Amino acid sequence: MKVTEKDVNYVADLANLDLTADERTAMVRDLNSILDYVDMLNELDTADVPPMAQVSDRYGVDQSKQGSERFAYASREDVLEGLRKSLPQEVALENAPDSDGMFFRVPKVIER
Amino acid sequence: MDLTCLTIDSARAAIQERKTTALALAEAHYARIQKEDGQIGAFLTLSKERALGQADRIDRMAAEGKTLPPLGGVPVGIKDVMSTRGVRTTAGSKILSKYIPPYDCTAVARLEAAGAVVLGKTNCDEFAMGSSNENSGFHPVRNPRDLNRVPGGSSGGSAAAVASDMAVAALGSDTGGSIRQPASFCGVVGLMPTYGRVSRYGLIAFASSLDHIGPLAKTVKDAAIVLCTIAGRDPMDSTSADVSVPNYVAELDKPIRGLKLGVAKEYFAEGLDDEVRQAVETAVDKLRSLGCEIVPVSLPHTPYAIPAYYLVATAEASSNLARFDGVRYSHRANGVKTLSEMYRRSRDEGFGAEVKRRIMLGTYALSAGYYDAYYLKAQKVRTLLTRDFEEAFRKVDAIVTPTSPTAAFRLGEKSNDPLAMYLADIYTVTADLAGIPGISVPCGETKEKLPIGLQILGKHFDEATVLRVANAYEAA
Repeated sequence: MKVTEKDVNYVADLANLDLTADERTAMVRDLNSILDYVDMLNELDTADVPPMAQVSDRYGVDQSKQGSERFAYASREDVLEGLRKSLPQEVALENAPDSDGMFFRVPKVIER
Repeated sequence: MDLTCLTIDSARAAIQERKTTALALAEAHYARIQKEDGQIGAFLTLSKERALGQADRIDRMAAEGKTLPPLGGVPVGIKDVMSTRGVRTTAGSKILSKYIPPYDCTAVARLEAAGAVVLGKTNCDEFAMGSSNENSGFHPVRNPRDLNRVPGGSSGGSAAAVASDMAVAALGSDTGGSIRQPASFCGVVGLMPTYGRVSRYGLIAFASSLDHIGPLAKTVKDAAIVLCTIAGRDPMDSTSADVSVPNYVAELDKPIRGLKLGVAKEYFAEGLDDEVRQAVETAVDKLRSLGCEIVPVSLPHTPYAIPAYYLVATAEASSNLARFDGVRYSHRANGVKTLSEMYRRSRDEGFGAEVKRRIMLGTYALSAGYYDAYYLKAQKVRTLLTRDFEEAFRKVDAIVTPTSPTAAFRLGEKSNDPLAMYLADIYTVTADLAGIPGISVPCGETKEKLPIGLQILGKHFDEATVLRVANAYEAA
């Protein structure tokens, strides 16, 4: 078994999830089943294969250019309100579960 | 005239020629939603005020004799993962059940600028994670062809709305097959454009290196019309490509005679339903009879696509979904005492089982000690899968495959087995990983009258060929 209940607790902690006892049990089962399945990737020798994080740098850009130069079209001057105006404060706060009209309000931050 | 069985062109023409009005068309679609959607469940939120305001603008244009824009007065549905200013946007999740975006998704804004009337927001799997729409945080969508069956997912609401004439067309999003697979299950056309072809600004992110926005429509031509309006560079999305947009509609009627179409044996392997195989083989024969040359190609790494996909997609999702913290716009649990407790309880209450599973898998795959074995390995396999396509496209102009290994399955059939559900995307995830465009076009039915989809995959930024082959097939 790759994933134990201890691992699930650790990962849930990283992901800011609590999970009920039942959810943790199901998670141990499901993660093991999925990870056993993805093990088939180890059938492939990828020692000399570069990783691919995204496709944007492969196509639709000038391949004669290097690095970030390829995406020069996507850059802009770093100026205040360059593309659009920032959201007005009251609009930015409209969806907040709790605010004092100036800031988002959250419970006290206490070290666990 | 039946106002709810029109295509984009015929709807626009009827308004332009004053045979009907955009208002009447919108009202007819709302009446149909009222009548049908109780049992289908395709819509989560209706945006009637916004729709009728837009319809009125279009009617005034028509009354003044002005030429209507390409989608003038055409009623559309928008998958609820795309932000709409002032109209609730949930991503199918309870964690966003009250979220009212302060801005519009670029694709939606472009569609409206082209005259479309946004009827409302369509149901989907929570955060677009699913292949059956059963993961919606609100209610499942049912397949209009058979209410005991799923419409596919995650854009199941968009597909069902178009299939049941509750919308003329719709926008969906595709990360692992979420436009094409529901299109196939519901018997409509679904197009996933090339990665970067359509701006994702305002799309609630699932897996940023895989997310695509595209149309679901009744005809290939309608899909082409929608793509023309939403495609192209957007300064608000740095991943939108600086590649010129051809007139996809004008390209449709170019002959397909002489095109080379690849058929890969890996897409006709174990697990493919016999009726689907037969329908797709018949479709391939038809394309041959239209003058295409059918060429065997090999995409040897195809069996590794699902495992690679579920590591890459979940890793990205675990990062993207960290923003739902109960502070700025998402659900917050009551009675929490500390910030950490607030994060946890809010996310626990707001996310559904599949979303939690994927966040956990993705977090695990990125965690110290496992990054190389899982995430990095998957990225390397992604390179191999992409090279498969690059190799194949040296020999052929497009590749034809089944869209899904089976027709629509029953509600509940796979909902307790995550792996079985993931395998429903086996023929679609490869294109997402490689960033190539693909379309699903109806190619017949099973004995039980369930639709079957033919998938046509193309080269990067060659939607024109994909659409052209699909259009010729549809017309033949």
